[in-house]
Amino acid sequence: MSVLFRVVRSGMTRRRTQTLVITLATLLAVTASVLAGALLVASRAPFDHAFARQRGAQLTAQFDARRATTAQVAASARASGVTGSSGPFPTTTVTPAALGTLSVVGRADPGGAVDRLTVAQGRWARRTGEIVLAVDPEGPPVRLGRQLDFPGLPGGPTLTVVGTARSVSRTADAWVVPAQIAGLTRSGRADSYQMLYRFAHAATDAQVARDRAALAAAVPKGAFSGARSWLSVRLFATRETALYVPFLVAFGVLGLVMSALVVGNVVAGSVGTGLRRIGVLKAVGCTPGQVVRAYVAQALVPAAIGTGLGLAAGHLLAAPLLADTSAVYGSVGLGVSAGVDLAVVGGVLGVVAGTAWLSAWRAGRLRTVDALAVGRTPVTGRGRGAARLAARLPVPRPVGLGLARPFHRPARAASMVAAVVFGTAAVTFATGMAASLGEVITAKNHNAADVTVSAERPGEPGPVPPEATRVTAAEAAAVRAAIAARPGTRDQYGSVTAEARVAGVTGSVPVIAYAGDASWGGFVMVSGRWVRTAGEAVVASPFLTASGTEVGDTVTLTVNGSPVRIRIVGEVFDVGQQGLRVFTDLSTLRTADPDLHPTDHSVRLTRGTDVAGYVKHLNAVLKPLGVSATDTKSVNGSDGAVALDTLAATLTLILTAVAGLGVLGGVVLDTHERIRDLGIHKALGMTPRQTVTLVIASVVLPGLAGGALGVPLGLAVHGVVMPAMGDSAGLRLPDVVLDVYRAPELLLLTLSGTALAILGALLPAGWAARVRTATALRTE
Amino acid sequence: MTTPLIELRDVTRRYDAGPPALLDVTLTVAPGEAVAVLGPSGSGKSTLLNLIAGLDRPDEGTVTVDGVRVDGLGESGAARYRRAGVGMVFQFFNLLDDLTVADNVALPAQLAGTGRREAARRAAELLDSLGIAAQASAYPGRLSGGERQRVAVARALMNRPALLLADEPTGALDSASGADVARLLQELNADGQTLVLVTHDHDLARACTRRTVHLADGRITADVTTEAVR
Repeated sequence: MSVLFRVVRSGMTRRRTQTLVITLATLLAVTASVLAGALLVASRAPFDHAFARQRGAQLTAQFDARRATTAQVAASARASGVTGSSGPFPTTTVTPAALGTLSVVGRADPGGAVDRLTVAQGRWARRTGEIVLAVDPEGPPVRLGRQLDFPGLPGGPTLTVVGTARSVSRTADAWVVPAQIAGLTRSGRADSYQMLYRFAHAATDAQVARDRAALAAAVPKGAFSGARSWLSVRLFATRETALYVPFLVAFGVLGLVMSALVVGNVVAGSVGTGLRRIGVLKAVGCTPGQVVRAYVAQALVPAAIGTGLGLAAGHLLAAPLLADTSAVYGSVGLGVSAGVDLAVVGGVLGVVAGTAWLSAWRAGRLRTVDALAVGRTPVTGRGRGAARLAARLPVPRPVGLGLARPFHRPARAASMVAAVVFGTAAVTFATGMAASLGEVITAKNHNAADVTVSAERPGEPGPVPPEATRVTAAEAAAVRAAIAARPGTRDQYGSVTAEARVAGVTGSVPVIAYAGDASWGGFVMVSGRWVRTAGEAVVASPFLTASGTEVGDTVTLTVNGSPVRIRIVGEVFDVGQQGLRVFTDLSTLRTADPDLHPTDHSVRLTRGTDVAGYVKHLNAVLKPLGVSATDTKSVNGSDGAVALDTLAATLTLILTAVAGLGVLGGVVLDTHERIRDLGIHKALGMTPRQTVTLVIASVVLPGLAGGALGVPLGLAVHGVVMPAMGDSAGLRLPDVVLDVYRAPELLLLTLSGTALAILGALLPAGWAARVRTATALRTE
Repeated sequence: MTTPLIELRDVTRRYDAGPPALLDVTLTVAPGEAVAVLGPSGSGKSTLLNLIAGLDRPDEGTVTVDGVRVDGLGESGAARYRRAGVGMVFQFFNLLDDLTVADNVALPAQLAGTGRREAARRAAELLDSLGIAAQASAYPGRLSGGERQRVAVARALMNRPALLLADEPTGALDSASGADVARLLQELNADGQTLVLVTHDHDLARACTRRTVHLADGRITADVTTEAVR
């Protein structure tokens, strides 16, 4: 066993607390960094690989079959910038029984120059009567041989599912042979044609917009009915994992900075309080280089242990998130890439080694005689002014003595402040993020109504086609009248969902049409205003992105084959149906679908109404009408928020623990260093309780300062990370989601810095109270 | 017969597995008496002082000071006992470097809950009576050894203790300063202050006390009056 090894081992054994602090600090930094790095890579890399492998479509364009011939559409492949194309393929939209609306494309085979589909199950369609469904990782498994009925179409065709296929470009929900399309339309011919393109330049939204304009100009006017950019497809595809990246990066950076601080503080403290030991080591022949190596190793060994544990934790936490990504792209065993592991391990250990080396350098340079002479007790003139002032404060003497302590060792106090700053910042950010996610859930559920009335839908699970819930005008009026007649009713509005094709968006989009004022229904506006009259609509940011529109633009919907022009008057916060829903007034759709009437009713009650009693009595009236009322609020899609909250809470807990340990390490060093003073105090009659008070008081000012600085830092992190998370999900967040901090909370968060510091000081305070006076005095 | 201020009965103190630091020590000190404890290094002098001061507890036997069973006190009780009944003077002064002389002296009173003004008044009075009032605002590091020990004595007397314990009070001083401190202790005892002095220095013991207790290997080997030593 080498001498150096013995020195390192004994140093680590003597300083168990500091060793633990370094281990935990690096554990946190590595865990958060591995998670962030893995998800950063996983959120993009699988999509990009699959997109390259399939030669994915950078633009999926729709052409109105009434305004352009197949030859004209095919000629668009020669437009400026196009480097590859597939199509034209005839398309239509169908609604099979017991399934939602499907965008169906007629393709003879899954190959081609662009969008080379991967058959996941079964085989490709070879003849009419067969259909291939797109893989939906979030949907139920598809059973091959299943019969899909289309009762609403002429002849009531039935198709057999012969396979499933995966299109990374998401160009369709299902594929049939081209000859089948005619049999899936009322008119007997394709509604539109689909063309798939690749371009010389399509890396940015601006480049894609130019490509799109070139295509629109290459076909007869009005024939280009819409297109979907691969960038928006990628955004949707990667949003689940990308959502985690910004806050994990934030925690990773916080963890890394904190690790550097803690390690620096601990090693510097070890040098400061171990001067006599360093002197002895040098006196017995250790070279300056050996002393430096010994102190760097004392930091690197626990850091390496923390790094190993952090790698394991990061891999464990990343596994479920990466599994989701694997399912989307059909890749097997998608794990944390070795590059991420190497970068994180190298980065963290490099930071630790660098910080430790800087601190240990002082130990190496110390002259042996100085190290031996200085010993343990610091002799400095610092902090005397503070001590003098504290002696005159109208507080118990132990409190005054404690308050003056940080001024004796400003650098150590600053490191304690820094630890508290990062701990408080983490708590502030995590608290804000939880509040913001709560607001997101509230905002996205649009469930401000006290009572909802809807048709009783026993039986089949899964999406219900709109046709299945159609009601007559008389039925809707009867329900409305029954609600209006019930005492306690304050407001009500009806709603019904229709399907529409939208210029600029591939496939169909749901249109939620309201009868009555729905502005109080829990809709949170990001910009603009709610719908007031017929012809107005509000949409979410994904719709604006996908359709290339903005608030104030006019968009044409195709409902029931009829064009409906709507003006977008506001951007609402909505994540349902990938944020592609259109919210409008029922009267907007009157001409396109005169038989559309509200199927659901939302009711707001007057204050003080007994909700349960109201529902009970209303249900008695509604039962003959085949509808029922409930006061159960629908809460959807909070799983992601729970996962985010849990992950954030875990990382915050670790970060605050490390912050607390950072304080603890500082107080331990301070207590060791001033053990003689402690002995004197005790000899003069300081009781254990007074000793605890002194030690705790010594961290109050650093705690207050850390809290006061940490809260603004946490607010800043929240202000940057939350919008970044919104961007990752393709959403702009409303102010209500971002403005979540209230003054009393901020005050509490500021004080949490002091609480954190006090928690960190409790252990050494107890130790200081227990140390025997005679022992403490002997250390001189 | 006067009730003794200090009474040790059959006191034994052992550290780890080594020989006992004190073995079956029985000793009484009357109020107003000055006693010097003499002996070589490792004889048990400091252990005896620590037991009387309540800084340590015996493994066997009892320690009673001014009617208080010191060996039965907990940490808080011992602290309160020291605060009220014992003043301590150390070889290396044990002054707090970051407090002024006045603040050092006032500290025991403030720990006992005395108000800041009252403590400052009493500290000023003591510093004046010990001839170091001019140094009240100075820091200990700027004082001579003799001055520092005077400050330490002032601090020890701050709460008007029944007992003054001095552990090698002149050990770190030059001969002139040592003589000065010895005179001070003599004067205090002459005014009725009970004094227990631990020292190697026979001259100091003779100068300050009328009784000497000799320790060797943890046992009292002699307990004689100063006149007998002379």
